[in-house]
Amino acid sequence: MKQRLINRMKLTFPSCSENERFSRAAVSSFISQLDPLIDEISDIKTAVSEGVTNVIVHAYPDRIGEVFMEVKIFADRSVRIKIRDKGCGIENIEKAMEPMFSTSHDEERAGLGFAVMQSFMDKVSVRSIPEKGTTLILTKQLKEKERYE
Amino acid sequence: MDTEIRIYTGGIIYAVISGDIDHHTAKGIRTDIDKAVSEHDPGLLILDFSRVTFMDSSGIGLVMGRYRQMTDRGGEVILTGVAGYIRKVFQLSGIDRLTKIADDVSRILSGENRIDEDIKEEMTDEAKTY
Repeated sequence: MKQRLINRMKLTFPSCSENERFSRAAVSSFISQLDPLIDEISDIKTAVSEGVTNVIVHAYPDRIGEVFMEVKIFADRSVRIKIRDKGCGIENIEKAMEPMFSTSHDEERAGLGFAVMQSFMDKVSVRSIPEKGTTLILTKQLKEKERYE
Repeated sequence: MDTEIRIYTGGIIYAVISGDIDHHTAKGIRTDIDKAVSEHDPGLLILDFSRVTFMDSSGIGLVMGRYRQMTDRGGEVILTGVAGYIRKVFQLSGIDRLTKIADDVSRILSGENRIDEDIKEEMTDEAKTY
C-alpha cells in the first residue's frame, strides 16, 4: 500500500569530505519533525554518513563531483533516503557490499560502510551502472510515538 | 578538534579523541596519534572515546590501523570511554574481540604510571595538544 508523503527535501552538494558532517546534520534536522528517538537519529545519521562517504571516496576518487540527496518522510513514520551520484559506478555490487571489502588502498578504510548501513537501516538497495553513477536508497521505519495522557 | 595526547611513564600514551570521527576527521586524528607514537614509542596506547560526538566506520578503520601499528611494535591498544552508540558501531566490526575495551583505566595509569614530569616541563601548553 502506497504511503502518504508528508514532506520531502532535496540537496545537492560537492563531494568534499567537509560535507560529510553537513549531510548528517541536514538529514537529522529534516527528520526531527517526526520526533524520532535518539537511537533512531544516531542510526540514520551513521547510515547517511556511510553512504555519502562512499560517494566521496569511491564514486569520485580523482575529482569533485555532485552528491544528490533526497529525503522523504511518510505518514506511517517511515523515512526514505536516496543518495545518488554520477560517478564511476560499481562493477560488482554484491562484492562491494561484502564486509571488509574495500577498493580504497590509500587510507585505512575498514570496508564496513554497507554492513553499517544494513545494520542500522531496515532496507538498503543499490542500483549502479559503471561509468554512469550509483543510486543508494536507505529506508527506516521509525517507532510509533508514545502518547502521554 | 585536536586530539589531546598525554604521555605517561611506563611507556603509555593516552589519547583523548574529541568531536566527530568520520572520513574527513580521521586523517587528522590519525596524524596526531601516529606522531606521538613515533616520538615516544609506547608499549601501550589508550584511546579515550568519551568526548566523541559521532562515529561511523571511519572510527573502526582508525582503531584497526592503530592496532596494527602497535602490535607491529609489540605493543597494545586499549579503548576506553566507549559508551552506548559508539560501542554499537565497534561491536558491528568485531573489533572488541581484537582490542580490549576498559570502562576504567585509572588503575593502569595510577601508581608508577604518572605523567612523565621531565616531558611535562619541556612541553609548552601549545605543544601538549598536537
